[in-house]
Amino acid sequence: MIRALAWLGRLTLGLIAALGRMTLFVLEVFSHLFRPPWYPREFGNAVMSVGWQSLPVVGLTALFTGGALALQIYSGGARFSAEAVVPQIVAIGMVRELGPVLVGLMIAARVTSSIAAEIATMKVTEQIDALVTLSTHPMKYLTLPRVLAATLTVPVLVGIGDVIGIFGGYVVGVYRLGFNAAGYLQNTVDFLEALDILSSLAKGAVFGALAGLAGCYYGLNSARGAMGVGRATKSGVVAAAVLILAANFVLTEVFFSA
Amino acid sequence: MIRLSQVKKSFGDNHVLRGIDLEIARGESMVVIGGSGTGKSVVLKCILGLMTPEAGMIEVGGQDVSRVSRDAFLARFGMLFQASALFDSLPVWQNVAFRLLRGAQKRPKAEARAIALTKLRRVGLGPEVAERLPAELSGGMQKRVGLARAIAADPEIIFFDEPTTGLDPIMAGVINDLIREIVTEMGATAVTITHDMSSVRAIADRVAMLHHGKIRWAGPVSEIDQAGDPYLDQFINGRAEGPIETLR
Repeated sequence: MIRALAWLGRLTLGLIAALGRMTLFVLEVFSHLFRPPWYPREFGNAVMSVGWQSLPVVGLTALFTGGALALQIYSGGARFSAEAVVPQIVAIGMVRELGPVLVGLMIAARVTSSIAAEIATMKVTEQIDALVTLSTHPMKYLTLPRVLAATLTVPVLVGIGDVIGIFGGYVVGVYRLGFNAAGYLQNTVDFLEALDILSSLAKGAVFGALAGLAGCYYGLNSARGAMGVGRATKSGVVAAAVLILAANFVLTEVFFSA
Repeated sequence: MIRLSQVKKSFGDNHVLRGIDLEIARGESMVVIGGSGTGKSVVLKCILGLMTPEAGMIEVGGQDVSRVSRDAFLARFGMLFQASALFDSLPVWQNVAFRLLRGAQKRPKAEARAIALTKLRRVGLGPEVAERLPAELSGGMQKRVGLARAIAADPEIIFFDEPTTGLDPIMAGVINDLIREIVTEMGATAVTITHDMSSVRAIADRVAMLHHGKIRWAGPVSEIDQAGDPYLDQFINGRAEGPIETLR
């Protein structure tokens, strides 16, 4: 009994300590927003890497998801003669939920893993120490540009993903399920509200920040060797994915709780 | 120039530095020797502020390093890392000119590139390597680029961490000679960490031996063979038998 309590105590203390470390890390990252020097070239590179180079995977994910969603809603709606709601449900499903969440998870897989592996490798090969000896703060040079780029570009990716997802539903709806093209688009536009789009973009910004922060945090705290790099990458992706899903629930509650 | 007084550093139960006392005069080339895992690199990292000692004081130029402005302090240093630690994503010349392209010592890009090419030439590399990425270079060439980066901003103090590790004996000799020449012509204070005795004899003015977390012996390199210390004697002659415990 005492042993179990001791184990529980250690676990709780460990979790609180980890939460404290992460909170301090986040505060430190964002504090550098207001303290020069800044590295615009690094920020530009991060925008290209996080945003531009993620477009193909985001586009394909959204396209297939939108198409599959249209098929599911059509076949599910047919059970109670509601096939006609395909355009509206595809639009609301993509914009409110699937667009931001799937883009967030793809970013966690593609960007968080890349950031964590790159920074962890830099750590184990002493490149981070080299940065410090060259009077360059790793938080300013490595972390802030990546986190900022993810925070600003993921909403754009989410917006593009929403549009492509709706387009995927449109293609399936019009060419496979026989919907009228103009009617499909009109229903989509009429049904979406500003809050739907705002929530989608806001989720994108939060998910981007979480993906960037998780990658940098686990990369900078990597243990030595190839195993350390692998563990940092895995932990970064898992943490980003879980945080994105948890944040999605909280943000949905904030935006849409009746 | 550099003074360490009773510096202690532990990692959990592992007491790596147990009270280091060491003085390095301006313009002197000090080589710190000792077995693997004795904390040689930790000494350098404590001086640079990459690690914080638990006790003791480190002074550079009479100033306590824990109280100085970090940027101004680090601007006085250059460092060659054990595995060179070149930035993979940057071409060679930008690695060399890293400090000159940003921060307080920033220069116009063309000037920074010209300085990088001059430093590369000084370490025996031509302009054809300037645009290559570090991964496209051999280990010896990477070491030279690391050396060029360490001297790019004409630092007062240069640290060399295992400068010949992983190099063949001929290339190791070339790097040792380059270090000695550069330190002499720049008039810089140099601290080298190594367990390669050929480096010691080529680079050192003075030698300090680190053992069991303390400086076991320190003196001029010319006296190292006649020091009469059994630990030092075992180490410099590479004998398995002696007071230093070895795993067999």
